[in-house]
Amino acid sequence: MERLIRGRVWKFGHNVDTDVMAPWNTISEPWETRRKTGLHIRPECVERVQPGDLVVAGRNWGCSSSREHAPENLKLLGIGAVVAESFGRIYFRNSIAIAFPNLACPGIHEGCEEGDELEIDVRTGQIQNLTRKMSFQAQPFTPEILSILEKGGLLNVLRERLGVAAPDSTGSP
Amino acid sequence: MTMAEKVLARTSGRDSVAPGEYVTCRVDRVMCHEAFTLCGLQLASLGVQELFDPDRVIVILDHYFPTPTEQMARGHVIARDLVERFKIRHFLGHAGICHQVLTEQGHIKPGDLVLGTDSHSTTYGAVGAAGAGIGLTEMTYVLATGELWLQVPPTLRFELEGNPGPGLMSKDVVLHLAGEFGTEVAQYRAIEYAGPVAERMSIASRMTMANMGVELGAKFALFEADAVTERYLEGRCPDAPPRFGPDADARYEAVHRIAITGLEPQVACPHNPGNVKPISKLGEVRVNQAFLGSCTNARLEDLEVAAEILRGRQVHPRTRLLVTPASHRVYLEATRAGYTETLLEAGAHITASGCGACPGGHSGLVGPGEVCISSTNRNFRGRMGSPEAEVYLGSPATVAAAAVAGRLVDPREFWKGTTLS
Repeated sequence: MERLIRGRVWKFGHNVDTDVMAPWNTISEPWETRRKTGLHIRPECVERVQPGDLVVAGRNWGCSSSREHAPENLKLLGIGAVVAESFGRIYFRNSIAIAFPNLACPGIHEGCEEGDELEIDVRTGQIQNLTRKMSFQAQPFTPEILSILEKGGLLNVLRERLGVAAPDSTGSP
Repeated sequence: MTMAEKVLARTSGRDSVAPGEYVTCRVDRVMCHEAFTLCGLQLASLGVQELFDPDRVIVILDHYFPTPTEQMARGHVIARDLVERFKIRHFLGHAGICHQVLTEQGHIKPGDLVLGTDSHSTTYGAVGAAGAGIGLTEMTYVLATGELWLQVPPTLRFELEGNPGPGLMSKDVVLHLAGEFGTEVAQYRAIEYAGPVAERMSIASRMTMANMGVELGAKFALFEADAVTERYLEGRCPDAPPRFGPDADARYEAVHRIAITGLEPQVACPHNPGNVKPISKLGEVRVNQAFLGSCTNARLEDLEVAAEILRGRQVHPRTRLLVTPASHRVYLEATRAGYTETLLEAGAHITASGCGACPGGHSGLVGPGEVCISSTNRNFRGRMGSPEAEVYLGSPATVAAAAVAGRLVDPREFWKGTTLS
């Protein structure tokens, strides 16, 4: 995981649930199919997203189900990080488990528009809106969570515990 | 300590814990539905030969049963192979919806820490257990190690007071909370439901409220294990402790006193469980499908209320009523009690028990422009089928009444009872 993440913002609203990030009838499909169906509330985003782009969202991003495909779809789309006012808790845990940085940052939704460029320091939680010259402080990750992120996810933590070599450093499936 | 704190302290081997602390907990029970296929394959690829304790693991295949596609059938074949490979004794097959079956078969004890591959694992709070949903990767880790890191949540307490009027079920109470407090009130928090109304609730009614605790954002949603719990678990769970509750000096982030007196039946309107209105404020909403199912509301108590409403009446011609009992046992008990026959005579279609239409899997998805009233837990856009469909959430009484009227109506037009006294 990169310590500094810089990217262009796709902005979403409040209460975006995991059902729209990963509809139930798609989650057993291969990634090529899921790519087209994930995030169906913003199909143009799926079409035009560039690797390293960021998502900024309002309250309760990822509310609803325990399906890990929700953060996984975003990560596989190439989204570098999500910054939201708050998160659904299972989505949030899942994002940590797959080493996909999701930061809770009060004020970010107001202080950011679509297309703005942000720089995120994952270790400290400091966020700069480079377009608007504004800075924000996200809730910093605790050392426990940072350690999981830096190891490339919980599966790598498990590999370490079992003494199995990791296939790569990203922890992606 | 609160109930959540007591569970997390015991399972992390500490004398006490406080909100905000990170702890590594040993789980008491692990529940896997179809997600077990992927977790098991992942474990096999890591060379894991044995689970941390196969006897603490329960596998049940409920989301895709009866299997709607060949692909899902293949997933079930792999799941069964993995159950054998990892020597899991508690494979519950297709006995119904996970949370209902684990509870009714006595797999969950008051005070247990239960992690499941399903967000509605909060349901176990109905018998005083701390249940939470986790994803595939975390479950893979848990199955291998028996442990997981958890942050100790602050606890919110809802004291439910007053006298419930006719037509009311616990679903109305939890929808009322979602409407009044919003779907984030318990974000990163635990809930304790208490007060005289909670104390009088059956386990079935408690399960509905614990289940939808996750719709309030909660990590755990607990009822104190009391005499009602003890009676329910008698004969189901021989080693259950007779009581489990918070300490007298437990500290809460907030205590909300909720007056139930005068509360009318509640409905969550599209497309969010927090978009709640009293039934009288809805106006004309015509209904194409009425769905009585899911881990939220398809227990014997729920089918009994539906049967009372439908007895001697007919489902409206423009509406189809689908009933998916919460478990095979519920189906059998409803049949023995005569409810099944009453529902069939009224024109209801009864399916095998399982998750069915609730998460949009099979057996009752809705089409564009259709309106569904559902006894389930979530009405997010597209969850039950077409993104152009509209799903309303209500109690089993509200669902049954809508099936008769062909539109959303106050269930008190047909039913003066309540399951809350």
